[in-house]
Parts: sequence; C-alpha cells; structure tokens
Amino acid sequence: MDATLISLGLNPMPAKIISMVIICLIVLIAFVTIGGVLTVVERRISGFMQARLGPNRVGPQGSLQWLADGIKLILKEDLIPDGADRTLFKIAPYFCLIGVFGTMVVFPWGSGVMVADLNVGLFYFISITALVVFGVLMAGWSSNNKWSLLGGMRAAAQIVSYEIPVGMGLLVPILFSGTLSMGGIMAVQGWAPWEWIVFQSPFTVMSFCIFFIGSLAEANRTPFDLPEAESELVSGYCTEYTGFRYAVFFLSEWANLFVLGGLTTAVFLGGGNLPDFLADYTFLSVLVYMAKVSVIIFVVIWLRWTLPRFRIDQLMNLSWKYLLPGAFVAFLGQAIYMLITQHIPAVQTTVAVLMFLVFVFILIRFFIRVRVNMREQQIPVNSPASDVPLT
Amino acid sequence: MTSALKTEYLTINMGPQHPSTHGVIRFILKTDGEIIHECDPDVGYLHRGIEKLAESITWQGFVPYTDRVDYVCAMNSNLAYCMAVEKLMGMDSEIPKRAEYIRVIVSEMNRISSHAVAIGAADMDMGAFTPFIHFLREREHINDLFEMICGARLTYNYICIGGVNADVSPTFLSKTAEFLDHFEPIVEQINRLISYNQIFIKRFADVAIVPPKMAIDYNLVGPNLRGSGVKFDIRKDKPYSIYPEVDFNVPIGTGRAGTLGDCYDRYMVRVEEINESIKIIRQCLKQIPDGETKAIVKSSIKPPKGHIYFRTETPRGDTGYFIVSDGKTSPARLKIRTGSFTGMSIIPEIARGVFIADLVAIIGSLDVVAPELDR
Repeated sequence: MDATLISLGLNPMPAKIISMVIICLIVLIAFVTIGGVLTVVERRISGFMQARLGPNRVGPQGSLQWLADGIKLILKEDLIPDGADRTLFKIAPYFCLIGVFGTMVVFPWGSGVMVADLNVGLFYFISITALVVFGVLMAGWSSNNKWSLLGGMRAAAQIVSYEIPVGMGLLVPILFSGTLSMGGIMAVQGWAPWEWIVFQSPFTVMSFCIFFIGSLAEANRTPFDLPEAESELVSGYCTEYTGFRYAVFFLSEWANLFVLGGLTTAVFLGGGNLPDFLADYTFLSVLVYMAKVSVIIFVVIWLRWTLPRFRIDQLMNLSWKYLLPGAFVAFLGQAIYMLITQHIPAVQTTVAVLMFLVFVFILIRFFIRVRVNMREQQIPVNSPASDVPLT
Repeated sequence: MTSALKTEYLTINMGPQHPSTHGVIRFILKTDGEIIHECDPDVGYLHRGIEKLAESITWQGFVPYTDRVDYVCAMNSNLAYCMAVEKLMGMDSEIPKRAEYIRVIVSEMNRISSHAVAIGAADMDMGAFTPFIHFLREREHINDLFEMICGARLTYNYICIGGVNADVSPTFLSKTAEFLDHFEPIVEQINRLISYNQIFIKRFADVAIVPPKMAIDYNLVGPNLRGSGVKFDIRKDKPYSIYPEVDFNVPIGTGRAGTLGDCYDRYMVRVEEINESIKIIRQCLKQIPDGETKAIVKSSIKPPKGHIYFRTETPRGDTGYFIVSDGKTSPARLKIRTGSFTGMSIIPEIARGVFIADLVAIIGSLDVVAPELDR
C-alpha cells in the first residue's frame, strides 16, 4: 500500500506511517465488527439449541442487534460505585481490550495476509493475551464489591494456571515447524488435512486437545466460565460495570473468542492454505481461513450451551494434574518421534494420513449416532394442547 | 513462632437479590476465600401473613390463597387445604369418585411441572442453561392443559371444598395422555443431556451428604428425605384420596454416583418421581369413572368445633395443614407446615466447609422455594 502512496507523490516515510495507520484502522474495525457480530451469532445459536428464537428484530435475522445493543450501552450512565478505586476502575476494561486487540498485529487472516509477520509472532501472541488477566483482576479489585473480588481472584488463578498448558501445547507445533512466526508455522502446513500439524502424530493430536481445552479456560468459556459464573458470583468481575465500560468488556470477550479460533486454525489446522494451483487467489485463502475459524467458534459456542461448569478445585486439578503433565508428554513424545522418523518421510506421511482417517472415522460415527438418536426420538415440539379451543 | 498475620473471615451477603437463591432468600456467609466457614440463612423476605389472613376470610375464600403458598405447585396446595377442611367437616367420604380421580391427575401433573422446574433450576445453577429452557417448554404444555380446565396457568383455584370446580372434558383426558407419551422420552433425553454428564455428576456427587439419621433429625420431607435413603412417602404410608388404588414405586437415594444422601441422590429422586407420576396419571386416565365432580356443599360452610392436622405429599414434601375451627364462618387458627422450611434449616449444617459454588448446588438440590418457605 505504501508503494501506491509513494506513487501519489508522498515521501517514503510518511507514506509508510499513513499506510500503517490505514491498515490498523481496517483491522481494528474488522475486529470490532466481528466481536459485535459474534454476540448475535452466539445468541442465535443458543436460541436454536434451546428451542427459542433469539434476537431477530433488528436488521435481517437480527444481524444488527449488536449495533442496537452497543448504542444502548453507550447511552447508559457510566456509574462508578461508592468506595471504588476510581483510576483502576476506569482503566480496567482497556487492559482487557488491549490484551485481545493487541493480537491483531500478528493475527493471520489467511495465508500471507497479516499486518506484520513477526519472527516471534506466537510468543508475542501469548504474551499480549496475558494482559487480559490484569484487566480482570483490576476490575475485580477496584469495584469494592466482594463478588467482583472473588470473580477477579478466580480469573487470576484460572488464567495464570491455564497459560502454562496452553504454552506447552503450542511448543509442539513450534517444534514441528521450527519457527515462532505465524506465517512460518502456516507455511510448513499444506492444504490437505493430513498436512496440518494437528494430524502429524498422536502427540500433536494430544497437544491440540490440551491447547484447545486450555484456551477455553483462558477465554473464560463454559465449562470454565468461573470468573463470571452468573449463578454463583452474580456477574463476577464485571458486576459493577455499566454502560460503555461494560460494552468494552463484552467486546473483548467475544473478540477473544475469534482470536481463539484464529490461533487454533493458524497453528494446528493449516491456516488458509490452498492447493498450489489456487495459491494466487488471496481472497479464497481468507475465505478458507474464515470457514475454519467459524467451525471452531461454533464448536466453542456449542460446548458453552451444552456443558455445566466446573468447580474451582476441579478446575485447578484438571490444569495441574492432567493437562500440564500431558503437555510435557506430548512435547517429549513429539521430539522423540521426530528424531526417529526424521530420515523416513514415508513413515511420517503414513502416520499423518492414518491419524486423519481415524478422525474421519470418529466424525462419521458421531454423525451416525446423532442421526440414530434423532430418528429414535421423533418428538414434536408443538404443544399437544395448543390446537384445542378452550372449553 | 506464631504467625504475625491476622486473618479474618470475609462476610458476604448472598441475596436477597442473587440469581441462584430462587426467589428472595438471603444467606449471610462467613467465608475463608471461597470456602464457607459459616452460613446463616435469613428468611422472611416473602412473608405475606397468609396464615393470619385465613382467620378473617371464609373457608372457601381461602382456597385461592393456598395457590399463593407455593405457586410452583398450586394444585397440590389446593388439594392439601381442601382435604383438610373436608376431613374436619366429616364429609371426606362424600367426595365423588370422579372428583378424586381428577384431583390426583391434576396434582400429579403439577408435581411433574414442579419437579421439572426444580431439576431445571438445579441444572441452571450448575451453569447448564439449556436443560432449564427445555423443561420450561414442557411445563408450558402442562400450563396449556390446566388452562383448558380452569382458565388459569399458574394459580388455579381449581380444586375446591367438596370436589373440583368444573368437570374436565374428554379432550383434556386424551390430550393429557398425548402429553405423557410426548413427555416421557424427553425426560430421558434431558437426562442424557445433563444428568449423566460427567462434569455435572462431579459437581453433585459427594456434596452436602445428609445421612438418613440426620435427615430424620432435621425433619427433612419429601424428595429430600427419600434422597437420604428413607423410604417414606405419604401417598404410600398414610394414603389419602385414591392413591391406594394406583400402583407406583417410591424412588429413594441409593448413592448412585457417590455417597448415600448427596446432592446427586436428591436430584435423581426427583427425576425418577417424574416417571412415577407419569405412571400414576396413566392409571388414573384408564380408571377414571363417570359421574358428579362435586359434592353438595353450602355456599357458607361452618365446620364443627374441633381441630385437624392433615398431611399430603406435595412436590416439596410433606405439606400439613393444621386447622382449628370454632364453628364460625372462618378458621380460628390455621397453620401450614411446609417442606422448604426444614430444607432451609439444614443448610447451615451441611454448608460448612464447602465452596460457594457448592452452596448453590445445595440450594438447587434441596429445591427451596421462597414463597412456600415464608408463606
């Protein structure tokens, strides 16, 4: 883009700055829109799962509901509770926002479509998302509310604990690709599923599962939504927040969902890679990438509306007793596996294809079971009494 | 060396406005971080003085008030009061058979809807929102059926002294049978969705164990008592109405997932009671005779001097009406004994040393309903 600006007669330096600002604005707007739209998507999907409609009035199929909600929240009074630590209370939401939106620097939108392909991209990704915990803890502490405090404490304990398995889980793809750059990790994977990192060996599958469970916990999604468990802690750390600051918390939460999906896709599921003869179509790459992200997001939402939540001690047990040792095993196993098979690519390919076939088999079994269950229980949802006139 | 750090307990106010206290109940918690050291239930936020009101209104006029004693199962409250008054008047043998059958059908239907709400609310407290919505959808069907017979969906005023207020149509009976066929698989479906879920079992099993002796000492009733393994159901052990003529089991806790008398046992007893209620209604629909639905009762009754204590099995357990009559047009004294109150009184005992999240599970599994608690 800066080349275009230089050709318009600008000096190279201002041209670079201006093009950077424009790119950042585009990505920022995209993130805000995606975060907003995801709130509507989640509500519609939950409505579908709960035999109700969900928001369907504002815009086609309720797709503009997030704008209406946003306007409503911005117009609300910005309350700060009595006895709150005013400074911390005011800045807390922005820490969450920066923690999530900071990832957009290295966030891949497809193969080769990203703001900056840092050579320490993945490391930067993990580090910047750790900022979210500061925001949550600040919000919990400064609200002068005991429920908020408990929520903040839970969040701090949870996110810090789960960052370790997540980081360990990411070590396996790093080991496989030998790079920390997001572009590099995507580049070593191919378009076909057996070329994705997730299917490379049993250990990569294991690290994928650990990473996925850990990221659910880091993003405060059910079954790990303890920091804002509405039936226990009222609303957790954002109990006292209203108006715009509340909207910021919400936006960062749903943007985080997208970031989760994006990172999983890029690191484990082959990003937006296309077969060679299509490699020139960047638009198609973005499309493929977004499709994969959507599937991940749907699974996360599906889990949220199906599962109950853990208790705090069970949550800690899971992280320290199972996920962390599992991540170590996966890391060591992958290292040894790569050492043994480094000169025999045929074995590597066979194992990868085999892993993929096992996955397909499980998927088919799952769908068959769902079909059987649905056939066995042909239950009409309509009320048996609704078609009877009242006597 | 003693620690120089002074620690103190954190006092938290849970309620009266808290999402999981099911109405307006307040707990004053003293916690050490998230672990409850002391739990002090504070009741009375929904006290409406219904017992005192009874002393200034007519005998029949009090029936709508019994709806409000426990609006989650209004039919059962109606039934308990009306049967107590009939017994006091000595006319309990004059009630037409058809009326008795209708009473049992509607009160068992209401037991299903009440248990559905109890189970759904317990699921929701555990963070699973979907089963609650599905149960509420099924409850709407029961409300539709009740609307057919009495026009109301929540507070029915349908059972009256001497029988029921209106006969049911054949459509109601066939629609009820249809509903049962529709509902029975759904119970199993929701069980598969949530009751057998490992996370859910982990949250409920071995939490807040109430051994049988403790349950009896604290006078737990209904599903809470049976969850502790005590096989006592007034419908079986002190039968009233037509319950001796129908065949059903009394599910009890067996330590399904952990220890006998834990939250999961209490929860599963409710699930199994739904199936038993379905069984009872099916038999009643088969056996229901034709005939009158209301005995001849004067518009202003004056039961003879005396007193009566009559117990029935409502979804929340043993509901007893103690009524003193001095031969006038309104009761001299009326006292309602409810299951929620004893359920509430055991909470300080079993909520010691558990997590705040477990307290939510305890409230959900004891099925405490605020209006019934305070009257």
